[in-house]
Amino acid sequence: MKIDRETLLIVGVGNIYRSDDGIGISVLYRLRERLPSAIRTRELTGEGTALLEVWKEANWVIVVDAVQSGAPPGTIHRLDAHSEEIPKRLFPYSTHAFSVAEAVELARALDLLPRRLLLYGIEGRTFAAGIGLSREVVRAGATVAAEVLNASNCFLHSIDA
Amino acid sequence: MKTRTIKVENLARVEGEGALFVKIKGGQVMDVQLKIFEPPRFFEAFLRGRNASELPDITARICGICPVAYQMSACHAVEDAFGVKVNKSLRALRRLLYCGEWIESHTLHVYFLHAPDFLGYQDAISMAKDHPGTLERGLRLKKTGNEIVRLLGGREIHPINVRVGGFYKVPSKQEFAALAEDLKWARDAALETVRWVATFSFPQLERDYEFVALRHLQEYSFNEGRLVSNKGLDIAIREYDQEFAEEQVPHSNALHSIHKDRGAYFVGPQARYNLNFDKLSSLTQDAAHTAGLGAICRNPFHSIIVRSIEILYACDEALRIIGEIDIPDQPAVEFEPRVSTGYSCTEAPRGILYHRYRFDEAGVILDAKIVPPTSQNQKSIENDLRQFVQDNLKMPTHELQWQCEQAIRNYDPCISCATHFLKLHFEEQ
Repeated sequence: MKIDRETLLIVGVGNIYRSDDGIGISVLYRLRERLPSAIRTRELTGEGTALLEVWKEANWVIVVDAVQSGAPPGTIHRLDAHSEEIPKRLFPYSTHAFSVAEAVELARALDLLPRRLLLYGIEGRTFAAGIGLSREVVRAGATVAAEVLNASNCFLHSIDA
Repeated sequence: MKTRTIKVENLARVEGEGALFVKIKGGQVMDVQLKIFEPPRFFEAFLRGRNASELPDITARICGICPVAYQMSACHAVEDAFGVKVNKSLRALRRLLYCGEWIESHTLHVYFLHAPDFLGYQDAISMAKDHPGTLERGLRLKKTGNEIVRLLGGREIHPINVRVGGFYKVPSKQEFAALAEDLKWARDAALETVRWVATFSFPQLERDYEFVALRHLQEYSFNEGRLVSNKGLDIAIREYDQEFAEEQVPHSNALHSIHKDRGAYFVGPQARYNLNFDKLSSLTQDAAHTAGLGAICRNPFHSIIVRSIEILYACDEALRIIGEIDIPDQPAVEFEPRVSTGYSCTEAPRGILYHRYRFDEAGVILDAKIVPPTSQNQKSIENDLRQFVQDNLKMPTHELQWQCEQAIRNYDPCISCATHFLKLHFEEQ
């Protein structure tokens, strides 16, 4: 798909029925009410190849997902896909085996990365089957939502300029 | 006595979370335990008190890879309970939707999860450096399946357009026609896929399996049929609980399904193929023969060929359905709840997915039972590994470990539908 203008897509990844795995979706829902209408959003389960497809729709992409790296719950990992390799260990809890990290690295190998790709990983406490988010994860989600909203506004200013 | 311990902390490319433990003593495999964690148990409890009409949307969330299968089994169970008959055109559209899911799910597994095992790559990322064109073909093929699910399901993931009795909205003839062009490309690509995987080298393994699948008199089953096996099983879906049981095993919090008299059984593409080869389209049968398969395929390592054959069939069948499409007058058949129990089984990409629900007079769920294909295959996976390790004890450790992981992936196990760790431990004394 050829993109002939600057487009920002925000992707929330996760499963709301797997406790903190739902934080990416929760951040997306929170943002949907506040984002300028020009910004597109997508909800995904974390199946990696689906990410490769959706980010063909935009040249700027922000992905928000739950992670489990051993850091304290609520820790926010901020990664720029163009400046660093995405460690697989960060995203083991995506819905399926072909995770967000693997999707980024596969896209890099196939030259399919969007021009800008930022990843927010929010450290979860529990990924057991169930509904509801841990308190520190909710707090981190609010911080990430604010940062993504800010990034979206900066993006809009940059394309207006 | 010489002690050898092999540990793999993270087996990737298996859907779900779990661990494998193999114990070898004195040149004999003593124990094989596949430990898995299963979300349907949570959903069974969560569904109690909900209304029948909510089932398709809630169950779609159980699995990110096969939401259509969960929706279809849920819809059929409700319709069985309330005596709803879905007309021919709606039935054809459901079949088309299932084609989309098979194409998506099978292509993901064949290209991105299983092929790297056969080609000696750690994963699809390292494979991409040498085979970029092949993986791009896989991505496009998978996308064709996504497009079917997007059109009929309303979106690619957790489709929202499916309801008990049919759909909320049926796309136009023109929208279906637009899919046909992509599907013609996809059918050629699927044929290429069959030829490609048939060139791989396959480890040897054959056991005396009981293959279990749906069988329908007129078609290769997706949604309906009787449950049959190569060992004489031939039952209506509502007799499932009389034939099969779930047993608790101490090493796993998942339940293992067994046939009450004969134990382990095998569901999924290979079971379907072996029990329904005569129902495949002639294009698909010819492709299977050219790939070197007969009407029966027992080596589970050949599952990657069978899965590719099913991608080809799903593309061919989707084109047939679109060619004959008849837009229904109403997107859904209405239903009246009643005190009842409904049963259903549909063919998820990984094998039969059984649902049973008991409803009150208002259609509120009193209890639910969901048996996913992976819990039905668990015993067969363990038995495969037991024999495979025993037959290959002289194999170097790293190679044996690699091939055990490959053997697990023969079943494309969807271990928890939400997380994906499988820790592998070998202990040799």
